[in-house]
Amino acid sequence: MAPRAAGSALGALLGLALLALLPPRTAARAGDAGEAARGAYLARLADCGGCHTPPGGAPLSGGRRIPTPFGTVTAPNLTPDPETGLGRWSWQDFDAALRFGRRPDGLPLYPVHPYPYFARLDETASRELWAYLRTVPPAVQPVRGAALRFPFDLRLLVAFWNVLYFRPDPFRPDPAHDAVWNRGAFLVEGPGHCGACHTPKTALGGDRPPFLGGGEVEGWTAPPLDGDPATGLGGWRVEDIEAFLATGTDGRHLASGPMAEVVMQATSRFRPEDRHAIAVYLKSLPPSSPHPLTPPPPPPASGAALYALRCAPCHGEGGEGVPNLFPALRGNAAVAGAPASLLRILLFGARAAATPARPTGPAMPPVGAALPDEEVAAIASYVRARFGGAGPVSGEDVASLRVRGP
Amino acid sequence: MVRLKPVDAVIVGFGWAGALLALELSAAGISVLALERGPFRDTVDFPPTSAPDELRYAVRHDLVVPPARQTITFRNRPDQLALPVRRWGSFLPAWGAGGGGVHWNGQVWRFRPSDFVLASRVAVRYGRRFLAPDLTLADFGVTYEELEPYYDRFESLAGVSGQAGNIAGRIIPGGNPFEGPRARDYPNPPLLMPYGPSLFAEAARALGYHPFPQPAANLSRPYTNPLGVTLGPCTYCGFCERFGCANAAKASPQTTVLPVLRERRNFWLRTDVTVLEVVYDRTARRVAGVVYVDDKGERSFQPADLVILAAYTFENVRLLLLSGIGTPYDPESGRGVVGRNYTYQTTSSVTVGFADKRLNPFIGAGALGMVVDDWNGDHYDHGPLGFLGGAYLAALATNGRPILNHPTPPGTPRWGAEWKRAVARSYLRTFRLIASGSSLPHRAAYLDLDPTYRDAWGRPLLRMTFDFHPFDLRMSEFVTAKLAEIARAMAPAWLTVSPRRGPYSIVPYQSTHNVGGAVMGADPATSVVNPYLQCWDVPNLFVVGGSAFPHNPAYNPTGTIAALALRTGEAIRTRYLARPGPLV
Amino acid sequence: MSSAGPTRRSLLAASALASLFGCASPPPSPWRSLTPDEAALLAALADRLIPPDPEFPGAGEAGAAAFIDGALASPWGVSADDYRAPPFAPGLPGQGWQSPFTPREIYREGLARLTRHCRLAYAGRRFEELPPALQDEVLGRLERGAPPFGPFERLFFERLREDVITSYFADPLYGGNRGMAGWRLIGFPGARYDYRAWVARHGEAVDVPYAALPSPREV
Repeated sequence: MAPRAAGSALGALLGLALLALLPPRTAARAGDAGEAARGAYLARLADCGGCHTPPGGAPLSGGRRIPTPFGTVTAPNLTPDPETGLGRWSWQDFDAALRFGRRPDGLPLYPVHPYPYFARLDETASRELWAYLRTVPPAVQPVRGAALRFPFDLRLLVAFWNVLYFRPDPFRPDPAHDAVWNRGAFLVEGPGHCGACHTPKTALGGDRPPFLGGGEVEGWTAPPLDGDPATGLGGWRVEDIEAFLATGTDGRHLASGPMAEVVMQATSRFRPEDRHAIAVYLKSLPPSSPHPLTPPPPPPASGAALYALRCAPCHGEGGEGVPNLFPALRGNAAVAGAPASLLRILLFGARAAATPARPTGPAMPPVGAALPDEEVAAIASYVRARFGGAGPVSGEDVASLRVRGP
Repeated sequence: MVRLKPVDAVIVGFGWAGALLALELSAAGISVLALERGPFRDTVDFPPTSAPDELRYAVRHDLVVPPARQTITFRNRPDQLALPVRRWGSFLPAWGAGGGGVHWNGQVWRFRPSDFVLASRVAVRYGRRFLAPDLTLADFGVTYEELEPYYDRFESLAGVSGQAGNIAGRIIPGGNPFEGPRARDYPNPPLLMPYGPSLFAEAARALGYHPFPQPAANLSRPYTNPLGVTLGPCTYCGFCERFGCANAAKASPQTTVLPVLRERRNFWLRTDVTVLEVVYDRTARRVAGVVYVDDKGERSFQPADLVILAAYTFENVRLLLLSGIGTPYDPESGRGVVGRNYTYQTTSSVTVGFADKRLNPFIGAGALGMVVDDWNGDHYDHGPLGFLGGAYLAALATNGRPILNHPTPPGTPRWGAEWKRAVARSYLRTFRLIASGSSLPHRAAYLDLDPTYRDAWGRPLLRMTFDFHPFDLRMSEFVTAKLAEIARAMAPAWLTVSPRRGPYSIVPYQSTHNVGGAVMGADPATSVVNPYLQCWDVPNLFVVGGSAFPHNPAYNPTGTIAALALRTGEAIRTRYLARPGPLV
Repeated sequence: MSSAGPTRRSLLAASALASLFGCASPPPSPWRSLTPDEAALLAALADRLIPPDPEFPGAGEAGAAAFIDGALASPWGVSADDYRAPPFAPGLPGQGWQSPFTPREIYREGLARLTRHCRLAYAGRRFEELPPALQDEVLGRLERGAPPFGPFERLFFERLREDVITSYFADPLYGGNRGMAGWRLIGFPGARYDYRAWVARHGEAVDVPYAALPSPREV
């Protein structure tokens, strides 16, 4: 070999070696700023921070413990830190995790990470999210492994779960609907992963029909988002849904519990046209369960006097509430649907979402904390019967929730 | 002592004045830290399952600072020995986030135009010889016209329910014809009127007076203020003064501005800390910050470029004296300004009892009632009367709870079967009318430091030397007689007339309107702060609150305190921050 | 000298005897601050200040002793909120309360003096055993501070009268106003929070159920 050729080959080798030692390149090319910005918005749509940003901690630095019916999972660090974050990952590694629930070592992720929904994203979206993540300031946050209970901690079982519940198909627009509806469908079924809370689950934690037919999360009822007039969005208009997502209230309902966080961190920061699309899509969903033909039970008499004394001063004699301040009980899914939220609010209180447009953040005091179990049950049963046409709850239901705690 | 990271502005006290200053200053983007000696409070602390507890709040004073924590000493005259107020009576200073704004009645007044310039007006109208030689009456240094936009802003933040009487010079029937001109009506209509105030208004009208609904920060309907914060409608529950409101229907810092302040990254509120002194560099004529102590006894120095005292009249004045700021007032020579011109409220009442009419006194709200303002201010000739000032006369449907309100006709024994029968008959059928009168400043009414008694941290207590001036007692006799006239026109079965008599006693509750001591004015020889409430001696110190009033007109002070605070906040935000220094 | 002395000694003696013979000692007192004798005396006093009638109980029957016992056992009973630094001086009437005595001390001493007085003046009888007319006479003398009573007894009477009336009208949560009797007497509906429907109905009887605050939950 001629000395110059050898030198340049060596130089090239040296150059490559040097490159390997350099930290991963952050986006420096001209088109990348746009890609990262689109990724940032996708991260907002998917509310990555909802799980991956610890309270008061560095953005997306993980460490947040997420309770599930199967144990507790700790959200990983998504920042580019090489030791404790995704600093050494490639886009392929990320994409496999994001959309297919696979770790770089080949083992599956627990489906607490909502990859069955993120599978609706396409490759472009995945690259945009990756570009955004590379711009997040690296944070050192070591994350311990998951602490699911046996046998759920056996990752190999997830492969079996995937067979039952995972469909890795990207979103395909429905030609029978317009662009706005399809955008809403994509947002709800994909990055928004609304079904992760609002779709009922099997015993193994996979979705079961009806889609968006309602669920329970962290002890709160996640109401159906279908067209049911009593328990779903049947009584809402499109603009009501939009206002709720934008401000935390549509006047009659207040977002509280886990949904308050979703509104404050995510939906209040969506583009207005995206909130509109979501609302249009949701309003198109028919009621999933038929409305019961049996007449609603009569409200218990003892509950009436208690309601008039303890509740009516704020919620009104007719359950009409005060717009944007005290929720209407009449026509409220938290009253008509599964009783978890209602009982929890009575016993432990709740603070509603506060957004720049609606900063009040009204708080319901834990009125039931001072009352005996039977009185709390009487109030809840009265309110459910009179304003929601729903069945009673018992003193035992109240007592057991009181013992379980918030 | 820990030295903390500096902030741009530190506000001492988080009542109405402190909260409004916090709102204004944090909007300018500077770092603002508010310090409050009492606990944090929020609307959720007063649910209907515990709020309506007369014993706890009205009798045991749950929202009032215990004298063991903070009190003053008191005497009527300088030649007497001042003794500690060991148990509250005449007034109830608040503590905790929101201050008195949490448990006040909600009465929101604007002073009259003449109130601001009373001293110069009296000199012209009645001549200087009309003034008793010991009166130290002085003007505010600001006019009603200058303050009008800030009154409007506060009423709009608070959602005041009322009926305007004078919109841009046009007199509106049903409102107060004597009020100063307003740009627009109140943001909410008046509250519904119960029986007692309606009877009073009827009788007053028949006598040729001009009754109108009291302006109330108890909201007559749901309301969202300009900050986007929503308040609820008053339910006339009757648990108002001394109580927190369960349905966010009474304007307080919590229900009007705190939700917005909470979201501002440049604002912090630290509760349960007591400011011990303001750190003052006399040569530089600058304050450097404040020293505070927490519940564990740990002291911290909080450096700040700007210090705002908003700690109520007593602590405002005491902190100035303890920190060596300004020249203390000397009653002998009449020189000095800190502590001078302390005034109060000259209140009196007439009780009417009916045989037949059921008044339901438990239906109420703090500022619910009808008012007659015809004997207030200076629109009538005081020449032949021998006093200054006046009172508004009112029938308020408030405080009708039985522990503290169980009236009986005169002559009823104080206990026993006959007492029991009389109370059973009278409770629903008795009503109390009030006169809220002005309070004139005089040489022997002042605040200074007590030579003997100290607080838990070894600092001298504030000493109050106060008695009503003879003019005020004469005024009270006069206006109470007018009130009795209206009372008689209501055709009661019996009535008792109780004008204010001297000497002033600290025992029966009268009013928590303690004002003056760090008064505002145009002349530094007779005032502590300039018309922007900026300390004449120390440009980076502002003293905000009722301590600024050089005299007390008849009206409740909160509206004017709030308007002055908003005006000061705006002046700091738009002028002082760009060019720190004297604003006047 | 404590007014509870003889009673407590005899109680202790009884329990000592009982344990000697292997019997169970008497059950613990339901009173937190008062002795049972003081409580009985207070109830009798309260039933004269606000006597029973066919329709409504007296203040004693309505729980005045329980109310005062609870109040004395609370921080209020030891004047915890008062400024209590010396020096104490009598002061002018307008300077208000200047005494170091706490409500607990005032009640202990006042009830003791009253008990002693009755024993001496009424042939060994207790206040509770006197006929009502005589009880009222004793109370009247307390109120006036007339001999053999003086300024302390007047102060004690005022404390007692104020607290008995308070017990009759405070929420039943605090031990008095049993069954909301005091409120029913005068027509005060109690711990209600919404009169919007009644404001404009001038002169009408407000037809709503009487209501009290929730009593403390037994956990």
